[in-house]
Amino acid sequence: MLAATASYSTPGHLLKALLSREIQHSVYLSIVTCTSTALLSVVFAVPAGYLLSRTQFPGKTLVEVVLDVPIVLPPMVVGLALLIFFQTPLGRMLEKAVPLTYTVYGVIVAQFVIGAAFAIRTMRGTFDHLSPRPEAVAMTLGCSRARAFWWVTLPSARGGVFAAASVAWAHSLGEFGPILVFAGATRMKTEVLPTTVWLELSVGNLEAAVAVSLLMVLFAGAVLLAVRKAGERV
Amino acid sequence: MIRFDKIRWRAGTFELGPVSFDVPFGKYGMLMGRTGCGKTTLAEILCGLRVPYSGRVWINGQDISDREPGKRGIGYVPQDGALFPTMTVRENLAFVSRIRGLKPAASAPSVERLAGLLGISHLLDRKPAHLSGGERQRVALGRALAAEPSALVLDEPLSALDEETHADLVALLKKVQRSLGLTALHITHHRQEACQLADHLFLLADGAVSPLEFAP
Repeated sequence: MLAATASYSTPGHLLKALLSREIQHSVYLSIVTCTSTALLSVVFAVPAGYLLSRTQFPGKTLVEVVLDVPIVLPPMVVGLALLIFFQTPLGRMLEKAVPLTYTVYGVIVAQFVIGAAFAIRTMRGTFDHLSPRPEAVAMTLGCSRARAFWWVTLPSARGGVFAAASVAWAHSLGEFGPILVFAGATRMKTEVLPTTVWLELSVGNLEAAVAVSLLMVLFAGAVLLAVRKAGERV
Repeated sequence: MIRFDKIRWRAGTFELGPVSFDVPFGKYGMLMGRTGCGKTTLAEILCGLRVPYSGRVWINGQDISDREPGKRGIGYVPQDGALFPTMTVRENLAFVSRIRGLKPAASAPSVERLAGLLGISHLLDRKPAHLSGGERQRVALGRALAAEPSALVLDEPLSALDEETHADLVALLKKVQRSLGLTALHITHHRQEACQLADHLFLLADGAVSPLEFAP
């Protein structure tokens, strides 16, 4: 399938696409938003994954289901849910502080909803595989739980942190539905790579759409390679 | 002295206690029992890592039941050593000094002394992944001793070792406990190991601890 897609494009088409101002902006915005989403996802995923892995609390199953919902919901529904949420009193208050709907920040929020869900799953799996004993020993030696986590557990989980960030980054790169519904598809404003593919297809520019698709495949491949290499090293 | 005073603990259908027994000051107590009978739970209750349903624990005449794990004066050596995997042996041994805010240079003499006592001076710059089972347990013991505890709790520290390393560590444990005058509680299901080390032997069975007669 990938080979068929690649054979449809030529280096000339790829170069032409890369030299387009709109597509350059789309690449830039994709990198900025995906990186922001990945960092934000990790900030949430590390404590959430740790709590889900190491603690028991009432309603834990419900929390797990809620966190997994964005993974199984149709992407358009996620976008719609975001639009509706930002019409509620709480959403309007947030929107007043930072305008999100149909802005670049909205792109990050739309990516974050799904990227964070995957990052939390990754971090939970990481903590599930780490023995809690070193942290317990650190506490008997005089560490608070927070310090034991920071000094002992988190350094041991660095491979998982990198994997969680990469998974969130890669999912964000391919995110389309929620972005289209919540942030729109305005050229040079909220246009990211999947939006570009859709916009180019909608005007019949198949060559540009394929060239951008290949670019996304390259990005995704680079991220997966980085995760694999990091997994061997950390 | 280590004292368990009417300790009760329950999780689901599993119940433990009331458990009461003493390891006298400066003596080596061995707690035996079948796998899954609650030995580790008792060790973790003593260390403050689990909260008992009821009962108190005492160290050297002081009720430590409400103290945080780090303020109980207990050196804890779990079954697998539980070394900090991203730190070198030196950093594991200096961990207590780091918590207390000492610079690495200030903690170096005590680290060297401990490493000498335990015969691990040549391992100081290695990470735990590059240590054998016996070496890991020596480092875990050193890390626990670095806090200068009044009592040692060892949870099956010799269970996964070959015969020769096992014998070396039995001798080392006895030497360290005697020379530092520590009260120790050592958990095992290995009868021979218990008879080699114990001043006092206890059996945990059916949720209760009873003293056990043995020929040292």
